[in-house]
Amino acid sequence: MARRAYHKAIEKLENDLIEMSKRASTAITESIDALKNNDIKKAKEIIKNDAIINKTRFDIEEECIHLIATQQPMAVDLRIITSIINITTELERIADHAEGIAKICVMINGRPLIKPLVDIPLMGKKGISMLERVMVAFTKRDADSARAICAEDDDVDEIYERVYKELLHLMIEDPDRIEGGTYLTWASHNLERIADRVTNIAERVVYMATGKMDEMNVSSY
Amino acid sequence: MVEASDKKAFEIKNLDGWYGDKAALKGINMYIKTNCVTALIGPSGCGKSTFLRCLNRMNDLIPTFRHTGSITHNNSDIYSKDADPIEIRRTIGMVFQKPNPFPKSIYENVAYGLRIFGESSKATLDDVVERSLKKAALWDEVKDRLKDSALALSGGQQQRLCIARAIAVNPEVMLFDEPCSALDPIATAKIEDLIGELKKEYTVVIVTHSMQQAARVSDLTGFFMLGELIEFDDTEKIFTTPTNKLTEDYITGKFG
Repeated sequence: MARRAYHKAIEKLENDLIEMSKRASTAITESIDALKNNDIKKAKEIIKNDAIINKTRFDIEEECIHLIATQQPMAVDLRIITSIINITTELERIADHAEGIAKICVMINGRPLIKPLVDIPLMGKKGISMLERVMVAFTKRDADSARAICAEDDDVDEIYERVYKELLHLMIEDPDRIEGGTYLTWASHNLERIADRVTNIAERVVYMATGKMDEMNVSSY
Repeated sequence: MVEASDKKAFEIKNLDGWYGDKAALKGINMYIKTNCVTALIGPSGCGKSTFLRCLNRMNDLIPTFRHTGSITHNNSDIYSKDADPIEIRRTIGMVFQKPNPFPKSIYENVAYGLRIFGESSKATLDDVVERSLKKAALWDEVKDRLKDSALALSGGQQQRLCIARAIAVNPEVMLFDEPCSALDPIATAKIEDLIGELKKEYTVVIVTHSMQQAARVSDLTGFFMLGELIEFDDTEKIFTTPTNKLTEDYITGKFG
C-alpha cells in the first residue's frame, strides 16, 4: 500500500465512529432504563456524558477535514470521509435524543409514571438494533443491508403512532395525566427520531458503497 | 458512460505501439471530444505520454517506435501516406513538461512558427503575437518588454510563452505533457486556469501525474496502466465512483 499513513488514518476514523455509535447506543439504553426506573441520578449522568459524545463528533469531523485538506482523498476514500462527516453528525443527534429522554426523566422528578412502559422500551430496542446493524453495514460497505434497515423505520413509526394514541386516550380520560402523558409523548418522539436518523446513516452507507445518493425512507413524521 | 453523441476530434482504434520489441501501447480504443479537456493519468511507464505523442506524430521522431491501428483527427487518418507531419503538428500543437523557449526574444518566440510558415508582414506578426500572448494570459506581464530574452522570464511565464507559441500557428488541438511538473503552485494555478479558457477554442489533452490537477481541469479522464487503457469516463465519475478496481486502487494511492 503506497499511502500507508493516510489509509491508517481513515481506518482510525472508522474505528472512532464505531466507538461513538456504541456510546450513543448505550446512552439510549440507559436513558430508557432511567425513565422506567425514575432514576434521576442516572439521568443526570447521561446528560453530563453527552458532552463527551459531542466532543467526539468534533474530533472526528476535524480529522476528516484535516485529511481532505492534506491528502486530497479520491473515489471510495472521498466517499468514506464525507460519509463519516455525515454519520458522526447523525450519531451526535441520536445521543441528543437519548439526552432528551434523560432530561424528561429529570423533569418527571420521581413522580410515578402514568402507565407502565411497554412500547417505549420496545421502540428503544428496535432503534438500538437498527443502529447497531447499520454500523455493521458501514463496516462491511453493505448497501443491501443498509437498504433493508431503512424499511424497518416504518415499524418504529407504527409503534409511535400506537403509543401516541394510547397516551392521548389516557390524557383525555383524566386531565391529571396530561403532564405525565406529555412527557411520555416527548420520550417516544425522541425514539421515533432516532430511527429516522438511523435511516439517514443507512443512506450514507449506500452512498459510500455505491456512489448513489438516494432518499431511502421518508418518515411519516 | 461518456456521451458518445458529442463531436469527436480524434478517434483511436486498436492502437498498439512498441519501442523496439517492447510493447508500450496495447489495443487502445478511445476518442477525444472536441472543445473538452481530456486528462490521461497512470503510473510512470503506463504509456500515457507515448499515447499523447501518437496524437500529433511526435513518435515519428523516435527511430525504434512503431505502431499499428488507426488514429483519425477530424475523420482523417493522421498516419496516411498523404498526411504531412509538419502540418499535423501545427494543427495539433504540443506543450512539454519543461518550458523550452528558444534563446530569442519573447516576440520572436511567438512569431517563430508563423515565420517558418512564410509569414513576413510585420503588422500580421504584431497582431498574432499580441493575440497569442493575450490568449496565453501573458500579455500584461510582457507587453512592455517584448524584445527581452525569453530566457529571462520565470518558469511559469516561460511555460505560458510556449503555450502562446503553440497558439500562434492557429492549432485546433493542444497537447500538454505534464505542463506543470516543473512549476510552483502559483504558476501551476495560472496554467490550470488557462487550460480552462483554452478549451473554449481548442481541444485539449493533458498528461498529468497530479490526480488533483486532472480532477480540477479535465472533463474526461483516461486511466492507463501497463500500456492499456483501463478506464475512460467523465472525470467526476472517475474520481468519485470509478468502475474498475485498478482505477480505484491507483487514484486512492493503494499502488503507483
